Amino acid sequence: MDIRVQQEPFDLGVEAQGFATRQSGMGAVVTFTGIVRDVAGGLREMEIEHYPGMTEKALSKIAAEAQARWQIGDVMIIHRFGRLHADEMIMMVATASRHRKDAFEAAEFLMDYLKSRAPFWKKEHTSDSDGWVAARDEDEDALNRWTGG
Amino acid sequence: MIDVLYFAWVRERIGHPKDRVDTQAATVMELVEELRSREERYAAAFEDLSALRVAVDQELTEFDAPLKGAREVAFFPPMTGG
Repeated sequence: MDIRVQQEPFDLGVEAQGFATRQSGMGAVVTFTGIVRDVAGGLREMEIEHYPGMTEKALSKIAAEAQARWQIGDVMIIHRFGRLHADEMIMMVATASRHRKDAFEAAEFLMDYLKSRAPFWKKEHTSDSDGWVAARDEDEDALNRWTGG
Repeated sequence: MIDVLYFAWVRERIGHPKDRVDTQAATVMELVEELRSREERYAAAFEDLSALRVAVDQELTEFDAPLKGAREVAFFPPMTGG
């Protein structure tokens, strides 16, 4: 399990390659990358705040939960904080498994949990306003399919 | 003594990221009531609890959770990571 909460950018190619080559006996590696989108138009910066200490614990717990639910050999989560610009990579998850179905499902589960159970908050700074990004009902619905809620 | 932490717009509304509180509150809700009675900005931050989440000692929990032995309580809006 590799969990990183960092301000610095990461290199997707290097991270994905490194993760894949660390695996042994795994037939499938799935990676997902989140990229900052300029939803409102005129995004100057996306500010990402987190809760140091709790973030790492929450992510480790989410990763352990995925490993308990699916046959996956390894999990990696990288999530950035601080001020990012549009088109910058904000986070990535990677899962490795003997079979692709487990790797895909575990990656989706990680994303759904991370969206609304890991202590990150986004604030959009646009050319004419600043505002915290509101939680979306769709994200909570996506989570409910794993919990049956 | 309990460290009370605020994040995102809760922090902005209260005006600082952390308080150290001497409290006998038995639950999170009792602590919220104490904070609400402090000043208007706390009352404003805790006006709508459905818009808030709480963690005790860095574990997400509910507002009726007990505080016995807790060292850190954090209040924040629903998370928006990913």
